[in-house]
Amino acid sequence: MTTEPVVKAHGIVKELGQGAGKVRALKGVSLELQAGELTLLMGPSGSGKTTLLSILGCILTPTEGTLSIAGEATTGLSPEGLADLRRRHVGFVFQSYNLFPTLNAIENVRLALDVRGEKYADCVVKAETALREVGLGHRLRSFPGNMSGGEQQRVAVARALATKPSIILADEPTAALDSENGHAVMELLSDIAKDESRAVLAVTHDPRTHAYADRIIRIEDGRIIDDEHRASGENVTRYDLKRKRKLHA
Amino acid sequence: MIITLALRNLFHDRIRLGVTLVGILFSVVLVAVQLGLYAGTSKMIVSMVQRADADLWIVPYGADSFEGSGALTGSERHTALSTPGVARAVPIVAAFSKWQRPTGGEQLCVIVGTDAADGGLVPWNLVAGAVESLNLPDAVAVDRSYFKDLGIEGLNSTAEVRGSRVRVTALTHGIRSFTTTPYIFTTLERGRSILRMPPDSATFYLVKVQDGADVATVQSDLARRLPDVEVITRAEMSRRSIAHWLFGTGAGAALIGGALLGTLVGTVIVAQTLYSSTKDHLNEFATLRALGSSSGYIHKVILAQAGMSAVLGYVLGMSIALIVVFVSIDTAFPIIMTPTLAAGLFALTVTMCAASAIGAIMKVMKLDPAMVFNR
Repeated sequence: MTTEPVVKAHGIVKELGQGAGKVRALKGVSLELQAGELTLLMGPSGSGKTTLLSILGCILTPTEGTLSIAGEATTGLSPEGLADLRRRHVGFVFQSYNLFPTLNAIENVRLALDVRGEKYADCVVKAETALREVGLGHRLRSFPGNMSGGEQQRVAVARALATKPSIILADEPTAALDSENGHAVMELLSDIAKDESRAVLAVTHDPRTHAYADRIIRIEDGRIIDDEHRASGENVTRYDLKRKRKLHA
Repeated sequence: MIITLALRNLFHDRIRLGVTLVGILFSVVLVAVQLGLYAGTSKMIVSMVQRADADLWIVPYGADSFEGSGALTGSERHTALSTPGVARAVPIVAAFSKWQRPTGGEQLCVIVGTDAADGGLVPWNLVAGAVESLNLPDAVAVDRSYFKDLGIEGLNSTAEVRGSRVRVTALTHGIRSFTTTPYIFTTLERGRSILRMPPDSATFYLVKVQDGADVATVQSDLARRLPDVEVITRAEMSRRSIAHWLFGTGAGAALIGGALLGTLVGTVIVAQTLYSSTKDHLNEFATLRALGSSSGYIHKVILAQAGMSAVLGYVLGMSIALIVVFVSIDTAFPIIMTPTLAAGLFALTVTMCAASAIGAIMKVMKLDPAMVFNR
């Protein structure tokens, strides 16, 4: 059975800067992301990973190309229109968690629901449920400053999860975590991706994350150079980019 | 969540909050004192006009205040009394004179001569003696706050005014003049005598219209019959007095200027601290934007911060201002705080803080949510 992709990007070009300093960060990227998949986006620094993530998250607009999220085209949308799309369809998990230090765990999650205009009582129930789903039912009232990095990232995942987005975009979700917490967060994202209504895309450098991926997209110099669909649970060995490039050549 | 977030942002940096509150407090106190002084002096200036039981005032042409007018000949009263709708026209004399202290030296004063029985203007807030005592020989009433200036000690003290002997038979409390010149109440006849005015003359006639008569019609009739003088309402007399003493002397401009300065200082301090607070929380606002919040949501957070600062600053500032008001009650320039002024000051404080938020809002309007990936 073929399902409609959650994300459809076609011919995405992004130019950054102006005049002589103008850089073409993405040079015609096309991809589709299916619900129920955890996709890793990998590539060296400066390859355009974060720019692509920003465009797929409707934070940046492409210079050229088309993008649709959950069937809604983003072309021509105003900043407020893009914010509305993010609010309804996109969840973010950031490398540095980006939690509000003055709010406790449940308030941080509630905030994402509050910006959607949800009622207070619904926000509380949904936030508490999301935090329990990520195993933080005992830390509802803890402030980020009193939590470990792994716990903070799980709060961030709960925040992304609580709004039930069509896609969760994670930027280096394990980069600031030790091995144990890194695996725990990837396991969580992998479980979340099993939901057939949602896709997860994670930008990462971390080879520990390969084991959780359903698909690995490699990007270099603003272009996708490899798109590898993997069987579920497949063990992954260290990826040899040079060898792969030779194969492609 | 907007209120929670604003509150937490506000209290997150206690030192900055302290600076903000001191700025607002300073501004509120300064504006309250300046406007309170303005209200207090205005009330002081028009106290005689407001106390006089008159619908209309017949005044010398161009009269600009209670104390500094010329004189009417006396014929105006008969014309006034023969005008339809006029119930009474009470003569009153009021002019500067010199009080000779029994201890030596002189003090400028304002003689106010009117007969209590005529129902025009009688001393109020009596704390000793009676209005009727003014009918006694040489009797005058003074305000007890002027004892030192007049060189007297209380009831039955004697002195001279332009060579006429006077004796204090009644004391008032709180009847002070803007010029700090004491008012000396006496009878009409004694007032004329002290001021060397002809027997039938007066400074003003206080006109009371008959029940049911239209004040504007009577005013118009009087003006037509008395072309050489002016017939003005109590409100116009008050306005002229305030214009003369507050704006003619520049005192009012100084008070209003001080209030504007206070508002400006408060706005700048609040704007500066709110801007720096917003700058410190820029990553959080960018995260909010990335989470899909509308710009309106973020503006509300900033405005809520400004509003909370306004309320806290106002409460603190007003507490201090009320202490200042209390301390000033018996001084030469009492400061007044009325519910209207307090409400106006609160509105001004909120407006000031909201205006201060503009800079911070401009900053977040330029926010690039992509910065969330650069931390």
